[in-house]
Amino acid sequence: MTTASGPVRNKAAFNLFDFLYKYGTIITILLLVAVFGTITDSFLSTTNIINILRSISIVTIIAIGLTVSLTVGGFDLSVGSIASVANAVIISLFVWHGQSVGVGIAVTVLFCLIIGLINAFLVINFKIQDMLMTLATMFVFQGVALTYTRGATVSQNMIMPDGSFATGQIPVLFGKIGQVPWIILIMLFVVAAVHMFLTYTKHGRYMYMIGGNREAAELSGIAVSRYRLIAYLVSALFAAIGGIILGARVMSAEVNAGSPYLMDAVAAAFIGYSVLGAGKPNALGTFVGAVLIGILQNGLIMLSVPYYAMDIVKGSVLALALALTYYKRSR
Amino acid sequence: MNGSEAYRLHMKNISIAFPGVQALTDVDFYTDPGRTHALIGANGAGKSTLMKVLSGAYHHYTGEIWIGDKQVDIRSPKDAKDHGIQIVYQEVDTALISGLTVGENIMIEQTVHDMRGKHIIRWKQLHQTAQGILDKMNVRVSSKKLVNELSLAEKQMVLIARAVSKQCRYLVLDEPTAPLSHNETEQLFRLIRSLRSEGVGIIFISHRLPELFEICDDITIMRDGRLVTRDKIAELDQPKVVEYMLGEKLEAQFPQTERSIGDKWFEARGIHDPGKVNHVDFHIHQGEIVGIAGLVGAGKTELCRALFGASPTASGEIWLQGRKLHVGSPHQAVRQGLALVPEERRKEGVFVEEPVSANLTAAVLSRFCSWGSWLSLRKEKEASEAIIRSLGIKTPSEKTKVQNLSGGNQQKVAIGKWLLADADVYIFDEPTKGVDVGAKRDIFELVTELARRGKCILYASSELSEIIGITDRVYVMYDGGIKKELETRQTDEEEILLYSTGGGLT
Repeated sequence: MTTASGPVRNKAAFNLFDFLYKYGTIITILLLVAVFGTITDSFLSTTNIINILRSISIVTIIAIGLTVSLTVGGFDLSVGSIASVANAVIISLFVWHGQSVGVGIAVTVLFCLIIGLINAFLVINFKIQDMLMTLATMFVFQGVALTYTRGATVSQNMIMPDGSFATGQIPVLFGKIGQVPWIILIMLFVVAAVHMFLTYTKHGRYMYMIGGNREAAELSGIAVSRYRLIAYLVSALFAAIGGIILGARVMSAEVNAGSPYLMDAVAAAFIGYSVLGAGKPNALGTFVGAVLIGILQNGLIMLSVPYYAMDIVKGSVLALALALTYYKRSR
Repeated sequence: MNGSEAYRLHMKNISIAFPGVQALTDVDFYTDPGRTHALIGANGAGKSTLMKVLSGAYHHYTGEIWIGDKQVDIRSPKDAKDHGIQIVYQEVDTALISGLTVGENIMIEQTVHDMRGKHIIRWKQLHQTAQGILDKMNVRVSSKKLVNELSLAEKQMVLIARAVSKQCRYLVLDEPTAPLSHNETEQLFRLIRSLRSEGVGIIFISHRLPELFEICDDITIMRDGRLVTRDKIAELDQPKVVEYMLGEKLEAQFPQTERSIGDKWFEARGIHDPGKVNHVDFHIHQGEIVGIAGLVGAGKTELCRALFGASPTASGEIWLQGRKLHVGSPHQAVRQGLALVPEERRKEGVFVEEPVSANLTAAVLSRFCSWGSWLSLRKEKEASEAIIRSLGIKTPSEKTKVQNLSGGNQQKVAIGKWLLADADVYIFDEPTKGVDVGAKRDIFELVTELARRGKCILYASSELSEIIGITDRVYVMYDGGIKKELETRQTDEEEILLYSTGGGLT
């Protein structure tokens, strides 16, 4: 019944739904820019544009990791918690142990990769649905971060449990990572690199094939388990980078600092499905999704919409993106 | 026929068509209560379709159904059940709710339909009734056990219990013995005999001839959507039944080419997969096409998967050109020169969301890479276009998504993937399933061409005409084991079918 009706239908008369599916996100962004630009004075200023880019950079990096886990048909819900862990570990290495930037970053990344390994092990070996398993590990790792910091904020000169002050300093060089232009450049680099990896290397191609039809991928001789493992490692790696940059930006480790990034990252990745009609998780789409959320947030704040109402808007955008993606699939 | 003809079931002039297929043509079928009636035919003969008509699965057939001297109108499963016609399909798991108890599953229809106005389930009564039915059937299963703790045979018993819990005049069993062990089959037969003595008419679909002769009173043989003959089973013997099933030989549409067969290249020793494949040994010479014949469920697919490392429970040795292969996973199998075109094309063979080119290069992507892992899209495009041309894949371009191609062209893509791979051993599992005649021819030519290039070909199919037409040598499978090895030249469809159905000398 699927006989060649697809291309015929596509070529036939202009299809409004397909058009909106492909370009809807970009049109929405342009509309939002136009609206916010006219209503407010400062929205289109260079400072504000840089501001928006800076505000989405951590979300984007974490969302890119999530996107990679989505390509193999997985779903890493623990990225927010991993970012929390990374944030806590790197700041504590500086403040409690007085380590250098290199050691700090290396140890943090290593620690988070082990977390990714645990995720992959559980998901692949016990054949549990990715979303459920990582929901569980999300809790666990959140708890790990909390326990590690004893439920307190880690910052310079904090009071230690024994009553003394912490002596370690956060290196100035480390703080640079969290500032413009570096934070934005890192984000752009991550997006570009992952886009190249997914589109132009055989590994990326394999990942999409595993996500598209795991059974067929297996029978085509693709090492399915290995690539699913890699996907979870990549996901954890980018969550770690996100957490490290978060630490550099706020120069402290708040309780559960990474958690709020999860939902924004999920929203960005799913909005990204439809961008330019890709129909699957992709790095550029995720970036566009993050830009959309960033613009909405920034513009609405300028219009004095209270910050506590922001989740309503973001949640609605995610719901809309999901509705579009699944409606498209069912057709 | 002791007066039970008052309730004779008679299906008159039943015809039904599906898009592109006339599935049944003027079928006239009757049977009586208290008899066990065998319904048999080759794959696609229409026996399952006929029984689906009887059980109300279709509403667009033409013809009449009579019970006794009353015409009944069966257009939905509920109609069929109201007239006392119950069917137990082969896939027992789809009909049972695994998280509920045996009793709840048996009484499911009473719970759904007979509860109008009532809202509280009386558990004690439910389990008592269910247990009563089970005891009467001599099935030793507790009504309070969960269904997912049961064996396959027990699940089947539960389904039969559900069928007889309501008024049951006729019981259709669609290949009930296929997944059962010998003992379990005996248990089922005891149950069938006791139901028969209570006056239930049983229609028994099976591919296993010895069983039919053991349990059935009458037989109806179908072929190509038509009824061929109906008789008392005692009037026929196994070869006669086979002859009726096959009818006249189809004209050959197979390519005739001269091929030279070389030395023994591929050898499998003691391939075993518990419950599926039973200690299978075979070998293939260079340039030889070896057929694996056997009916649906004989273990052909399982054997193919075991060879390809796709079954974690399989064991055995595989040798290629005197070298022992270590095939622990399909990944390793591909690296060592094996290729498998699986049976379930859409599920296992192609990536429907991906373009044709990505599908074709999936197994050998490394060859289209430069600088390590960097894809060369140009090389990929050229290679895909070459394959599309040589296989005659009908697609607008190599960028078209595979889901937009027809079944036959999807199959060509699934095969084309392995042509690029240039493997040494090609395993085909039902390669022509769901493919139209023209594409079939192309596939046969392709298989022959591969053999001519000196590849080893394993061709598993339940289509006997294909086995005869294309292979050089045949292994016949029955119940997971190889029952017989035959030279294709010296055999015919009848002999193969006889062995496939468990007949012949053992």
